[in-house]
Amino acid sequence: MNTLDWIVILAGIAAIAWVNWYFFLARRPAASATTGASGTQEVTITVQGGYAPAEVKVKRGVPVRLVFDRQETSGCSEEVVISDFGIRKFLPAFQKTAVELTPKEAGTFDFTCGMSMLHGRLIVEA
Amino acid sequence: MATPATTAVEPAAGAKVDIPVQGMTCAACQASVQKALQRQPGVLDASVNLMMRNAAVTYDPAVTRPEALVEAIRDTGYEAALPRAGQTAFEEQEARDRAQTEEFRDLRRKAVFSGIVGAIAMVVSMPLMTSGAHALHGPVADPFMRWAMESMTPTLRAALPWLYRIPPAFLSWGLLVLTLAVMAWAGRHFYTRAWSGFRHHSADMNTLTAVGTGAAFLYSVLATVAPGFFLACGVAPDVYYEAVVIIIALILTGNALEARAKSRTSAALRSLVALQPRTARVLRGDDEVDLPIEDVRGGDVVAVRPGERVPVDGEVLSGTSAVDESMLTGESMPVEKKPGDRVIGATINRTGAFRYRATTLGSDSVLARIVQLMRDAQGSRAPIQKLADRISGIFVPVVISIAIATFVVWFVAADGAPAVRAFAAAVAVLIIACPCAMGLAVPTAVMVATGRGAELGILIKGGEALQRAGDVTTVLLDKTGTVTEGRPTVTDLVPAPGASRTPDELLGIVAALEASSEHPLADAIVRHAKDRGIALAPAEGFQSVTGQGAVGIVGGSFLAVGNEKLMAEYAVDPSPLRADAERLSGEGKTPVYVAIDGALAGLLAVADPIKPAAREAVDRLKRMGLEVVLLTGDNRRTAEAVAREAGIDRVVAEVLPEGKVAEVKRLQEQGKVVAMVGDGINDAPALAQADLGLAIGTGTDIAVEASDVTLMRGDPRSVAAAIALSRRTMRTMKQNLFWAFIYNVIGIPVAAGVLYPVFGLLLSPILASAAMAFSSVSVVANSLRLRSARVA
Repeated sequence: MNTLDWIVILAGIAAIAWVNWYFFLARRPAASATTGASGTQEVTITVQGGYAPAEVKVKRGVPVRLVFDRQETSGCSEEVVISDFGIRKFLPAFQKTAVELTPKEAGTFDFTCGMSMLHGRLIVEA
Repeated sequence: MATPATTAVEPAAGAKVDIPVQGMTCAACQASVQKALQRQPGVLDASVNLMMRNAAVTYDPAVTRPEALVEAIRDTGYEAALPRAGQTAFEEQEARDRAQTEEFRDLRRKAVFSGIVGAIAMVVSMPLMTSGAHALHGPVADPFMRWAMESMTPTLRAALPWLYRIPPAFLSWGLLVLTLAVMAWAGRHFYTRAWSGFRHHSADMNTLTAVGTGAAFLYSVLATVAPGFFLACGVAPDVYYEAVVIIIALILTGNALEARAKSRTSAALRSLVALQPRTARVLRGDDEVDLPIEDVRGGDVVAVRPGERVPVDGEVLSGTSAVDESMLTGESMPVEKKPGDRVIGATINRTGAFRYRATTLGSDSVLARIVQLMRDAQGSRAPIQKLADRISGIFVPVVISIAIATFVVWFVAADGAPAVRAFAAAVAVLIIACPCAMGLAVPTAVMVATGRGAELGILIKGGEALQRAGDVTTVLLDKTGTVTEGRPTVTDLVPAPGASRTPDELLGIVAALEASSEHPLADAIVRHAKDRGIALAPAEGFQSVTGQGAVGIVGGSFLAVGNEKLMAEYAVDPSPLRADAERLSGEGKTPVYVAIDGALAGLLAVADPIKPAAREAVDRLKRMGLEVVLLTGDNRRTAEAVAREAGIDRVVAEVLPEGKVAEVKRLQEQGKVVAMVGDGINDAPALAQADLGLAIGTGTDIAVEASDVTLMRGDPRSVAAAIALSRRTMRTMKQNLFWAFIYNVIGIPVAAGVLYPVFGLLLSPILASAAMAFSSVSVVANSLRLRSARVA
């Protein structure tokens, strides 16, 4: 093996490490829901190749309104699934679709697209 | 696409309304609607959006109303209607269908375009591959292209000799432009979606396509712009433009086919939605007025003629008819309707005209609830999907890692043209990997199966119910209403030896007396007489004797109808018919003696007869290897008689509703997976306790809450059909998952080149894209086979 081979090997290892760090470990932006006059915690989540914010913090026992603003036509994101709450909702493209739920227990609940490729987390704090 | 333009100005005193407008196709249409609205008195601001097909209007509620605005839009020639509060299941489904159709058309257009460009690119790239510079550097790296080149070159040389006279650099630049056009239009979404996903730290199918084709494109651009650099490094400046275009074309083709197939999976749901009639003929004063269905109110009187669809749910006021309810219940025989009977919206009136009062409307209607239930079911997840979900979640980054590793290994290990081979293999890995098939494996099967169930009158609550139904080992059948008709009927009529009256005369006299009674057995006798067309004489002096029967005078004769005790009371000797009475009660029937003027006249037997299909239903369940148990609160003798007739071996009788729950629990503790079939009301606790609760419906009531499966038809054979369908669906899901996994497990290593050292086999990126495109189509196609599943 020559020097070029070694460079390629090291670069490859670095690239693999970076890919896995970026997609699995890197911190995603989180947001806390704002509580409106009606006492509902509301947050708008932009759906475009992923969820932004991908982490939403809410309080336990207070109704939550997640407004999904789908800014694309990609079939991948056409549904949002919050399986712990038995929710599966079709999100029309370029529209805002509200999903309402009231978390009764604290914990972390995933929300995903219909095919479980896009991920977001609903963090319910006590 | 643009985001919706919303009203820019919001005056303090304005109310806002969004009105969907249909039929606008151009900017001029948009302008005319907008102008018409702005001219309306009371309109403060109006903004019409062509893309969103809606008008956002701000108006003064003191001056105008939304209905007037709708009228103003209609006057311009476009269709408009006010959105109702909350989107109904119908509208949501329609919106979804529209989106799917649009997606399919868009993909098809792009696939055709890139396919044509791909073919051109392929031809143009042929001379490049045979040109001098490349001939120096060994064979063409892509085996598919090598094959294409070898087989096409002689023909091409003969047909288009001028092509071979164009300088290669020229051709390369031409290909660059063509490829860029395809990437920028047809393949654009791969890159934009991959990029927006990347920004959110997520990766999907688009990431793989974008990275794969993007890398091949950039490599080719470098080779076109600076071929000298490649040659200096000892690498052939190969270009992969044709591969990029063909890969995009194939993936788009696969996506289009997938979109089309996916929309077929909800065909059953769509046909249910299409059943909804648009108008109803409602009585206003003495006139019949055609009203849009949305304007019908509860209590309105609706008229229906033969051949018409019943527009909304209701209760018949006058007239009789036979109504075809097959589209909702799966019951093929028309159902007789008379005043007082319930009719269901969307069913078809066959024979007579009738008027009825509208009851449940809108989202409470039977059809809307079925559609909602189906939508929920089709959206639900089956537990079996969990594994697929876990893999999908990490799939793309792992595949990218494998692709990088592939590149490194090839680069280091390959003896000739390492960079080129390493590059082709890495691109092939990215392109062949397909998480879509895994994501589609279970949901498509759930969708098709629940749709197929609905066609058969079997409403399955969701993927979890399907999965549990597939595992059932023991079926508990409630007796009344499930195995039996649930309505006592006269089954036997035995005149006393030497009695002068015919059976019908006897029945007529008894029914005349019983017409005054409220006892359930009396009801059975009266109904039986009426069914036989016997006119009832008036009865006098009716008297009910609690626990014994009834007495009274009919046609001048004194009548006593009841059990042995009543006979003893009136000194009638029942012994001539006692043997018959004992035989009948041994058959689970209730014998009733009849004495006329103190002499024994005959014996009637009343029983709740078993449904005609019960025996066949039980046989089917047994043939499927299921243990069948009859469960009832009735006495043991009756229960055993019914069980014998239906062919059930095990009977649990004389249990209270709590006892039914306990029985289900007991079986579950023995490790059995229990399905409970009951009427959904009295049996609700047992249905809930069972692993699978099947509510047997009457066609109009949907006991959705208590059960996992609702059988719209009273036919007990539906139980076997529901379980058979579930088993079939589970098999389909497992096949789908197996193929989706195996495809990747085999495809990725082959693309990476594991077969090369031994067999010299290397997968071309183009072949990889073809395999990938059709893997998800094959999974959806396999699920679609459930549409024709024969389970009934």
